[in-house]
Amino acid sequence: MTALRSDLAIIAREVRANARILDVGCGDGLLLAALRDTKDADARGMELDARDVATAVARGLSVVQGDADTDLADYPDGSFDYAILSQTLQTTKRPDLVLDHLVRVGRQAFVSFPNFAQWRMRLAHMFGGRMPVTEQLPHTWYDTPNIHHVTIDDFRSFLNERNIRIEGQWFLSGDKPRNERFANLLAEHAVFLLRRD
Amino acid sequence: MHQDTRFGLDKKTQLLGPVQLDSGAQFAPVECAYETYGALNADKSNAILICHALTGDQYLASNHPVTGKAGWWTRMVGPGKPIDPARHCIISINVLGSCMGSSGPASIDPVTGAPYAMAFPVITIADMVRAQALLLNHLGIETLEAVVGGSMGGMQALSWAALYPERVRSAVIIASTARHSAQNIAFHEVGRQAIMADPRWNNGAYYGHEAPSAGLAVARMAAHITYLSEAGLTEKFGRRLQNRDAKSFGFDADFQVESYLRHQGLSFVDRFDANSYLYITRAMDYFDLAEPHDGILAKAFAGTKTRFCLISFDSDWLYPTAESRRIVHALNAAGAAASFVELSSPFGHDAFLLEAPEMNRIVDGFLRAGESR
Repeated sequence: MTALRSDLAIIAREVRANARILDVGCGDGLLLAALRDTKDADARGMELDARDVATAVARGLSVVQGDADTDLADYPDGSFDYAILSQTLQTTKRPDLVLDHLVRVGRQAFVSFPNFAQWRMRLAHMFGGRMPVTEQLPHTWYDTPNIHHVTIDDFRSFLNERNIRIEGQWFLSGDKPRNERFANLLAEHAVFLLRRD
Repeated sequence: MHQDTRFGLDKKTQLLGPVQLDSGAQFAPVECAYETYGALNADKSNAILICHALTGDQYLASNHPVTGKAGWWTRMVGPGKPIDPARHCIISINVLGSCMGSSGPASIDPVTGAPYAMAFPVITIADMVRAQALLLNHLGIETLEAVVGGSMGGMQALSWAALYPERVRSAVIIASTARHSAQNIAFHEVGRQAIMADPRWNNGAYYGHEAPSAGLAVARMAAHITYLSEAGLTEKFGRRLQNRDAKSFGFDADFQVESYLRHQGLSFVDRFDANSYLYITRAMDYFDLAEPHDGILAKAFAGTKTRFCLISFDSDWLYPTAESRRIVHALNAAGAAASFVELSSPFGHDAFLLEAPEMNRIVDGFLRAGESR
């Protein structure tokens, strides 16, 4: 089996066995397949790209073609143990509404995103005077799907405003875990486990 | 080994019934024409029912007795295909109301000894499914690995899952809808009026006389347009003229598209009964799966354990993607395991009958995942 991306590996490790899971923006279903095979999860997915959906369904997963911005509203409250939004938040039109739905549909929610305040980004801005193009965010400004960049501190303050509780947080530099200290400056990636209060 | 005569090609049986119809009437006896391909396994867990569309029939993967053409879904069903007689026991049943051997308006009413004609009861999609369930009882099949259907076949697959959830492990619904829209009904009404305006229709009592072929051909022509896309028609015919260099300034089939439609209409009347066309289009128009559930589609699937796979095509304006999405929303609300994808095709509604490798890949993966559970 293909090794999971490091943020997905954290999520795959942390979910309880036998949980009902919705992965929003599940791509071709790599994480869902891993959760099904290793955690006996009842794993469902939503994905915008038809080709990815076809691949995921051909893998035997239950995946619907849909848009996080519009189609999460159809799911009843608490219909999943976990709702997962990995590397998708920054591509949505209204990340605030998507997050509201995420913590409504899932009793808990995993959210992972690239941290736009990581020092390399800051340097690119400060000294390059250009929009950062990095390994994590390889797109140029005009063709990027990432339309709502967010930093770890932005995200935390948003959660605070919305009364969403942090029940777990993990930070990554490359594939390596790092601690919470100066995460907003040093972490390339963050993974949060959330619950609506 | 002793051959079970209930299985095989070109089968016909009389089911005692009765079928309790949605109209309140009871219908018996029920003639049922069907075919099966592939063997039922020891634990009877590999049966797949494939439901046909409005003008389809049981000749799913064998040559049609009237037209001599290959079965209508050999791209999906056959050796090495997603639905494979080597793995599956495939069942294909001519729907109630049709004209290829199952009870329909052209069948003989045992009470009068004459064709039913308009004395045939008005039936619904659910009634068709109830009759199919009787046949499965006759075949000794309690549970289906899957029910699969496109267009009206999809309506039957949805109805199977709603009426007999414990008998359906998986359902594949392609290019279909959970209700007929005003536009769908409108097109069907044009077709019915064309048939009924043909003087030969004679209030349906034309058996033994000339059939209302002109009316039925026009009905088919109108319907056929709805099965294709504007882009598909433009690509295939454009404004090209048929076997001539200039316009005739008359009402011949000047354009290729006219000639094509006339051919579609004419070849259809050889194999289809006009009254069956009235009854089956009526059944489709009456179809609204949410109606018996206070208009809430999710209730039709409450507590279901059936897995669902829905596929739509982007150029299908007869049953557009929005209709499949509506079903998916209801399935999500009901907590059902559902997959859905909109595929791209230039061919409109008919895309599900044509070469569509992505559709085959999805159906194959979906069915295999159900088999490994």
